[in-house]
Amino acid sequence: MNKVMSNKWMIAIYILPALLLVGILIFIPLILTAYYGLMDWNGIGAMEFIGLENYINAIQDKNFWDSALHSFLLAIFSTLSLAIYLAVSMILASKIKGADFLRKIYLIPMLLSSVAIAQLWIKVFNPTNGILNRILLFFGVEKPPIWLANPDIVLYAIFIPILWQYAGFYILIYYAALKNIPNSLIEAAKIDGASPIQIAYKIKLPLIMGVVKVTIVLAIVGSLKYFDLIYVMTGGGPNGASEVMASYMYKLAFSTNDFGYGSAIGFLLLIITLIVTVIIRRLTANDEEVQY
Amino acid sequence: MNRLGYIILYLCLGVVAVFQILPIIWLFLFSLKGNREIFAGSPFALPKEWKWENYLKVWEGGIGTYFFNSVWITVVAIVFTSLFASMATFAITRMQWKFNKFVLGLFMVGLMIPIHSSIIPLFSMFLNVGLIDNPWSIVITYTGYNLPITMMILLGFYYTLPREIEEAAVIDGCSIHRMFFRIILPMTTPVLSTIVIINMIYNWNEFVFVNTFISSDKYKTLTVGIQNFIGQYMTDWGAIGATLVISLLPILIAFIFFSNKVVEGISSSAVKG
Repeated sequence: MNKVMSNKWMIAIYILPALLLVGILIFIPLILTAYYGLMDWNGIGAMEFIGLENYINAIQDKNFWDSALHSFLLAIFSTLSLAIYLAVSMILASKIKGADFLRKIYLIPMLLSSVAIAQLWIKVFNPTNGILNRILLFFGVEKPPIWLANPDIVLYAIFIPILWQYAGFYILIYYAALKNIPNSLIEAAKIDGASPIQIAYKIKLPLIMGVVKVTIVLAIVGSLKYFDLIYVMTGGGPNGASEVMASYMYKLAFSTNDFGYGSAIGFLLLIITLIVTVIIRRLTANDEEVQY
Repeated sequence: MNRLGYIILYLCLGVVAVFQILPIIWLFLFSLKGNREIFAGSPFALPKEWKWENYLKVWEGGIGTYFFNSVWITVVAIVFTSLFASMATFAITRMQWKFNKFVLGLFMVGLMIPIHSSIIPLFSMFLNVGLIDNPWSIVITYTGYNLPITMMILLGFYYTLPREIEEAAVIDGCSIHRMFFRIILPMTTPVLSTIVIINMIYNWNEFVFVNTFISSDKYKTLTVGIQNFIGQYMTDWGAIGATLVISLLPILIAFIFFSNKVVEGISSSAVKG
């Protein structure tokens, strides 16, 4: 038995296709990104080694920091919106008829591509014909905003489709966690005279804290990598007001052909994402596993 | 709970449901209207005359090519991902060797890497081997980038398989390949279907790789292709609506039939992360 199951050739045959693909497509490019960041390069011509110049420029680049700020704002919005999702899941999980059906309805936007979502919401935000402003006009708002063309509000406007896109995802996760809480705990609290609010806050929330922490990490890290929707909806505009780190990097590399500088930004994006991941994991580290 | 309480709870849930579903219903409605009706009529009125010709127009405009590309690229990448992920997970969880935990760790690190940090070198690598503007670059990329998450979903299932299966197979003189393809792989069917659904949603909707690696219209997939279409029909809202509906229909249909698998897949791929 052991001889068969530890045959080196067989192990290699089974592990190598996956390992090679991940190595070539994910890990080698990562190293190359850091390396290209040291080059002056337009993507096609000869590379010229310029040391840390790209990285130094990036650190002094106001546009880069603006885009980083926008990414962090999105991360904050996303984290705050978890509270709404959590509240909805609490209601959904409290023995409501049709909960399964509603949960599936909530999930539908999550299935659509960011491009389709972006195009749909461009129409929703359309100042003259979009449903959003039609509804606002109906309720007597006289001058509804020009959502995507106003640099002061574009980032908040973009957050609405993000809230819409991920609602079902987080509600689904919280709902599953809440359903795992043994009923006896809730019943016991009820007998002791706890109100529904108290039960939600004092019993259910602490019990699913582990899952909540995971979703905080997911929301923050996901926001730092956010790209498709913004790229299609506004292209980072107007005037850079909705540029995020990934879209800025993409623009540098594939629109202005500054591959060296783009790589430096790409590498910084990676570093920032990893640092933030480690920090939140530390902050939200489980002190003790929940025992039912 | 009293009656008023329930009414309030349902009201909250209803508001969220409306928020989630209203834009899609509106999209479907205007995909069947002419511009005049869209611009003048009530946004939620049913179309006065159902303009199915909007769909005919975009279909004849060539959306079929994009659709076909999306289908074959999605399917081929799913087959590769499922096969390679199953093989690797089998080797890591069932076979005995020293570095299996380390190799597993490598795959799991792959989960944390933002694709944007590696897309520039990927582009130049594909350029050097002549895979730019070749749909196989997309297939390979989807396969590689979906491997870590797919293996993560598979892991739990593989760990729970009883050892006796392999023992019995080995005693009967079964080779590793026979054991994997004839015994183990068929046993993982329930989790494989979850994996297929999750990979389908990812691949069907993917945008950045296609947008970067593919330049010819004939190789573009639906997500990137609809961008062209929408540019082309700038002011024809009916046609834009029809284009979008066509792009999201396959996923919606899959969801209607396999919603439990989708729910399972999304929650297992998320929480374990």
